[in-house]
Amino acid sequence: MRHGLQWLPVWRRNFLVWRKLLLASLVGNFGEPLLYLLALGYGLGAFVGTVQGMPYIVFLASGIVCASAMNAATLEGTYSAYVRMAIQQTWDGILATPLGVRDIVFGELAWTGTKAFINAVPILLVAAALGAVHDWRALWVLPMVVLIGLSFGAMALVVTAFARGFDFFLYYATLVVTPMFLLSGVFFPLQGMPEWVQRGAQLLPLTHAVAIVRPLMTGQTLTQVAAHLSVLVAYTAGGFLLAIRLFRRRLVL
Amino acid sequence: MVQVDGLSKRYGERTAVDGVSFSIRRGECLGLLGPNGAGKTTLLRLVLGTAIPSAGQLRVLGRAVPAQAGLVRTQIGLVPQADNLDPDFSVVENLYTYGRYFGLPKAKLDAQIPALLEFAALAERADAKIGDLSGGMKRRLTLARALINDPQLLILDEPTTGLDPQARQLIWRRLRQLLAQGKTLMITTHYMEEAERLCDRVMVMDKGRILATGSPAELIRTHIEPHVVEVYGAGVEPWLVQLGEAAAHRVERAGETVFCYARDERPLLESLSRAKELRFVHRPANLEDVFIKLTGRELGVMG
Repeated sequence: MRHGLQWLPVWRRNFLVWRKLLLASLVGNFGEPLLYLLALGYGLGAFVGTVQGMPYIVFLASGIVCASAMNAATLEGTYSAYVRMAIQQTWDGILATPLGVRDIVFGELAWTGTKAFINAVPILLVAAALGAVHDWRALWVLPMVVLIGLSFGAMALVVTAFARGFDFFLYYATLVVTPMFLLSGVFFPLQGMPEWVQRGAQLLPLTHAVAIVRPLMTGQTLTQVAAHLSVLVAYTAGGFLLAIRLFRRRLVL
Repeated sequence: MVQVDGLSKRYGERTAVDGVSFSIRRGECLGLLGPNGAGKTTLLRLVLGTAIPSAGQLRVLGRAVPAQAGLVRTQIGLVPQADNLDPDFSVVENLYTYGRYFGLPKAKLDAQIPALLEFAALAERADAKIGDLSGGMKRRLTLARALINDPQLLILDEPTTGLDPQARQLIWRRLRQLLAQGKTLMITTHYMEEAERLCDRVMVMDKGRILATGSPAELIRTHIEPHVVEVYGAGVEPWLVQLGEAAAHRVERAGETVFCYARDERPLLESLSRAKELRFVHRPANLEDVFIKLTGRELGVMG
């Protein structure tokens, strides 16, 4: 029984539900980042001209890929996971089977990584079609968006472990996710910001995600890969372990 | 099957289960009766290993719980108090999904699920959405889901609460079928009738403790007088003072009605035959009388 893949049915359950609602969720999750990319990329890009020596839409596309991975994983790890835990009692049902809290958290985390992949890859394809992808090195973005999803999914699950209602997620969205969205180099280079903002941004996982994905998509030189990756891995591992502890305290009474 | 010794569960200041000891034999149906907040559901959670005891020993199917709870749960089926079926899935999809949590291979589920649908009288509704099922159908599906791993021990938390009489009787028939197959059942209920019909033994719980254990007939024999006369009507108070209290062995009041318990019912009936303004019902004592004597007539504290 203990073969290390007990969590897979938890992931699969979410996957099967997603597949049933395929069209609606694709339109919803894919449409918004696409609008950002086109409206800002072309609209704002006409005024901005070039950024770091590249057309604005090329600069922006890599940021939007990262942001859409973040948003997809965050949404899945907060609202959707909360519905399964507290509203539908899906997790209570699972806990009556041989699976434990760790299997649930792992399955849910794997699913947030999957959702990030599902939502970010179409953006990557659109960017490629628009000529905003430099070369085949961009294929490395595929595993990267999964890692980005896992790190934000793990953080989101920690938040969900404390949540007593949907309102709680508004604090997280407003105080953490939105500032990160704006201050991680998705829309503009951080060099123009005050020194303390730049330093603070180094704590944000999205900054490091962009720092890897942008060079991969635009053909810039990749620097400090290990450092950037280790920040994302640390958020993933730390969030995962903390989420298990917190959910155990909440679910196993 | 289940062996419990001195089991306690405290939540901060509140003691939900207070040093209980009991055992369940293979193939028997044990009923747990008690007012809301008596600790029944907590006790079920402890047996499942989804709550961690504060003190005491617990062995289920020969293994220590919670230490080996995961392994033990491969052999347990649970029907929870509130249905937690997956609303995004159809009836069959619910069964497949749940079976996969137990690590059951597809071939095995393919073989088993038609029989389970038949058992739950849901074969015609296999592709129905959960939201389209009646309360009775949902409960039957939850029962079928609990049987997906062919468990030895089935734990049912108020399996028929909120169902209409037909739906309830169908569930009872199914549970008797499972007992006939040799399954062991542990069941909580508020319905005395349910306990009397299904259970070999009943445990009455209140405030986390076990107040009495025995077969329904034993409990009635040892805890209560065999005859009950329920009296009501305008002149019940004077009658009680003049004749009733002397004729009854024990008297309890519930609102307008007076319950007179007696070993010999004849003096009571004789005095009532002369009190034309009073109405009364004479009946044998039942499990509900035992329950009320043990747990009190006032409403239990919700918890």
